[in-house]
Amino acid sequence: MKPWTVKGATGDWEIVVGLEVHAQVTAQSKLFSGAATTFGAEPNSQVSLVDAAMPGMLPVLNGECVRQAVRTGLALGAQINKWSRFDRKNYFYADLPQGYQISQLYHPIVGEGALAIETEDGAKSVVGIERIHLEQDAGKLVHDLHPNQSYVDLNRSGCALMEIVSKPDIRSPAEAGAYVAALRQLLRYVGSCDGNMDEGSMRADVNVSVRRPGEPFGTRTETKNVNSVRFIMQTVEVEARRQVGVIEGGGSIVQETRLFDPGSGTTRSMRSKEDAHDYRYFPDPDLLPVEFDDAFVGDCLASLPELPVAKRARYESALGLSPYLAAVLTAEKDTAAWYEALLEATGKPEAEIALRAANWVSSDLFGALKRLGLDITASPVSPAAGAELLALQADGTLSGPLAKQVFEIMLETGEAPAAIVEARGLKQVTDTGAIDAAIAAIIAANADKVAQYKGGKEALFGFFVGQTMKAMGGKANPAAVNERLKAALA
Amino acid sequence: MSVDEPTVRKIARLARIGIADDDVAPLAGELSAILGWIEQLGEVDTAGVAPMTAVIPNHLAWRVDQVTDGDVQGKVLANAPDATSGFFAVPKVIE
Amino acid sequence: MTALTDLTIAGMKAGLAARDFSAVELADAHLAAMEAARGLNAFIVETPDIARAQAAVADAALARGDARPLAGIPLGIKDLFCTEGVQTTAGSKILQGFIPQYESTVSGKLLADGAVMLGKLNMDEFAMGSSNETSAYGRVISPWKAGDSNRELVPGGSSGGSASAVAARIAAGATGTDTGGSIRQPAAFVGISGIKPTYGRCSRWGVVAFASSLDQAGPMARSVADCALMLTSMCGYDAKDSTSLNVPVPDFAAGLTGDMRGRRIGIPREYRLDGMDPGIIALWEQGIAWMKDAGAEIVEVSLPHTKYALPAYYIIAPAEASSNLARYDGVRYGLRVTPPGGNLADMYAATRAAGFGAEVKRRIMIGTYVLSAGFYDAYYTQAQKVRTLIARDFERAWEQCDLLLTPTAPSAAFAFGDKADPLEMYLNDVFTVPSSLAGLPAMSVPAGLSADGLPLGLQIIGRPLDEAGVLDAGLAIERAAGFTARPGR
Repeated sequence: MKPWTVKGATGDWEIVVGLEVHAQVTAQSKLFSGAATTFGAEPNSQVSLVDAAMPGMLPVLNGECVRQAVRTGLALGAQINKWSRFDRKNYFYADLPQGYQISQLYHPIVGEGALAIETEDGAKSVVGIERIHLEQDAGKLVHDLHPNQSYVDLNRSGCALMEIVSKPDIRSPAEAGAYVAALRQLLRYVGSCDGNMDEGSMRADVNVSVRRPGEPFGTRTETKNVNSVRFIMQTVEVEARRQVGVIEGGGSIVQETRLFDPGSGTTRSMRSKEDAHDYRYFPDPDLLPVEFDDAFVGDCLASLPELPVAKRARYESALGLSPYLAAVLTAEKDTAAWYEALLEATGKPEAEIALRAANWVSSDLFGALKRLGLDITASPVSPAAGAELLALQADGTLSGPLAKQVFEIMLETGEAPAAIVEARGLKQVTDTGAIDAAIAAIIAANADKVAQYKGGKEALFGFFVGQTMKAMGGKANPAAVNERLKAALA
Repeated sequence: MSVDEPTVRKIARLARIGIADDDVAPLAGELSAILGWIEQLGEVDTAGVAPMTAVIPNHLAWRVDQVTDGDVQGKVLANAPDATSGFFAVPKVIE
Repeated sequence: MTALTDLTIAGMKAGLAARDFSAVELADAHLAAMEAARGLNAFIVETPDIARAQAAVADAALARGDARPLAGIPLGIKDLFCTEGVQTTAGSKILQGFIPQYESTVSGKLLADGAVMLGKLNMDEFAMGSSNETSAYGRVISPWKAGDSNRELVPGGSSGGSASAVAARIAAGATGTDTGGSIRQPAAFVGISGIKPTYGRCSRWGVVAFASSLDQAGPMARSVADCALMLTSMCGYDAKDSTSLNVPVPDFAAGLTGDMRGRRIGIPREYRLDGMDPGIIALWEQGIAWMKDAGAEIVEVSLPHTKYALPAYYIIAPAEASSNLARYDGVRYGLRVTPPGGNLADMYAATRAAGFGAEVKRRIMIGTYVLSAGFYDAYYTQAQKVRTLIARDFERAWEQCDLLLTPTAPSAAFAFGDKADPLEMYLNDVFTVPSSLAGLPAMSVPAGLSADGLPLGLQIIGRPLDEAGVLDAGLAIERAAGFTARPGR
């Protein structure tokens, strides 16, 4: 594949991108305190005296965060470090009550791994994972409530983050987007992060540098806290173009921290981070090393669900789905789970029903959910009801159009499809006698059109089908109508 | 190790301690003396010696993931020099 | 009859149990002594109302017959322990007015065992000091005077308020904390006993941190048995402190025998320093003789890395302190100084400049320097390796002996201003720092007087978790020394 480049005035530039994704670990309580982690609470209400760094307060590690980091590492095929420890990263900021962040520099809990990605145009590649470490989130500053004060809310302070550091393997905005999307999908499958980028529970620091093809890495900048896949792609692109502009204008790139402004679609230097940093990392003396055994790792591994890449491959090979359908149905763990529950509820061999079920889920169900603005977990139609509907269609009770009609009623009323069919008489009519009678009446009433049809205007056949279906109240079996009409008009 | 005045200023800046100009030179002298004395540690052969991690052998206990704390906004803000509407207030920060 | 304030804790317990006097009477006697001795400046905050209320509760429990082990015993609490609703400053201006919304585990355990809190004891700022000259609330004065001199003497540090208050019979006992000798050295300077237990025995939760890997709370009192009584209440696993040891706590007082027969006492040869005060050497020799008389076997041992303990300590402790004290930034509690028109960084710098004293600033600067880029391995990592070697020295010694006997400090108490050079002050901790670095239990027991009549202490160091052995040796010295000297004021 041709590499993505920035076309500069002096020629082409390649880009080198590495991402540090901060993913909030799914847990009830914080990494080192028993305060809650839910989003959107009253300011400073989900704060313990530990989170507020009161004098003499001490951290106690949340075991669930260790477990989730290990599970995530296993899902990335990464090295799991059975001995790790926490370090303090020292710096002053109003959102950092301790004056240091408890993180893991020297001995992270997870080492090298890899993530397979696929861009929208189908190009596949593998991005190396450098490490994953656990660390505390900072609090939040609110700037717009007072003209010359900022307000500090520590609710988020101390929530557990996994910092997932990629190797500088990414070479285009599309790959950056695909990497974050694939990582988000994986984390949601594993259940170690909810991936809600809107709520800040997943965000990325984007490291970008540019170089002439084949040359060593250039100086990189780090754009902090970019919080959507689209913005991440945009950041990569605009930052790369900015750097090319600077270099071609005779300037040089300064290693610095930048901020992406979604409004203007540009990045700018962060004034608050101008100070040369010297984080003075050292092992946190309030904590001991984090140690666990193979049995713990084994339990973590056993707890992993089938992961998206494997699931997608299985959908293609064992269920016979197209790559497109397999991708759509495995995009979200909840969708795949719903689909698999549907297959199971049909009671039929998977290979037999899989394709029809997949088509129905991806078109009818998705369409309805989109219209209703509902997530699949909130679907008004259960997998069992969906299976029943598919069965009614398979045994000829319902035609395609009838099935759609019944589905609409299911969505509205929540009733079971068989009950709907029974109560509203929506059963498909295959009785040729009734169909023939209807046809006879239509032919009798439309002698002119019959003549035109017989005179060669074959397009009128559709008219007769429509009239017959109408006369049958939409319940006639379309194949039978076709067959009987052809005979009657011959 | 002799600590010069720019280093004293740099360290004070990192530690966020304002120092008066008159105090820089004396501090440089004191720190140089202390660090000079500390440097005798370099004599010790520590090849193959692991840095101490736990002074008394001990194992890090893990907490069960339960909400057992928080919801104490009053206590959190009780000693705040400046608190407004549930927040701590600080001079405006420009990011 | 002996004045109530002269009784030991054991004596008070007996008197309270026999209803010879009430806990309220006992509290009042100490509160009166506290008022009379205000010149010592031992307390930052006096809490007479709390003391009387707690004493009344103790009296009720005594009357019901369900009194806890320390019911009615009047204690002072070092101002490093956070006390719910009572100002806690760690001796620093930066925490002036800070009212904790929580009670430290250790002070809470003492109160739960019925103790009565007289007030918060003055100390070196953030426990950084060996003379109590660094407190933002004025220096604590020792009740002792040297010979005919009228010069005011330091009580030692950092638990100087604790030392002065107990020695001057204002409190029956006091909590101290020891990072590099802050219980033992002041105990030695004022002629009382004090024990730093094994690192992890006492919870650090709610104790303002100085150097987390070294800080340990411990009792200071006028007898070894009293230390044992308090220590039993203060120790215990605390799930809120990850470095706390989850091991059973013996009843140290009940197990105390003072029996030295069959015990091997190590004498570390490296503690005999060049140019050491002959009075200290003589005291040490005396202690060795007492131990022999008590049936112990004396063994000479070597702790070859002793000389490097102080420099390692003065890297590790300031490094941890520089980080532990970063939270004092004027945002959430304590002092805030905002220069006119100043931004957040200006506020930090001004707050910390005004809030911290010279010694604390010096140590934060050292700690910041040794952790900074390019120096971390040469200083901090090397110091932690040396610390491993120091701990290893002790482990080897335990193959030859059960306990170590050393002087507590290289001199008796000195006068204010006598050690103006910080380095000279640091050297005062030469005998106490190695055991701190190794996390070992160690205590100081008054053993004699210097030529000009000032108390001198001997130090006993034990294996990890062998507080019982340390206390037994302490009791043996106490019995042999028959230390009855009292301060003049």
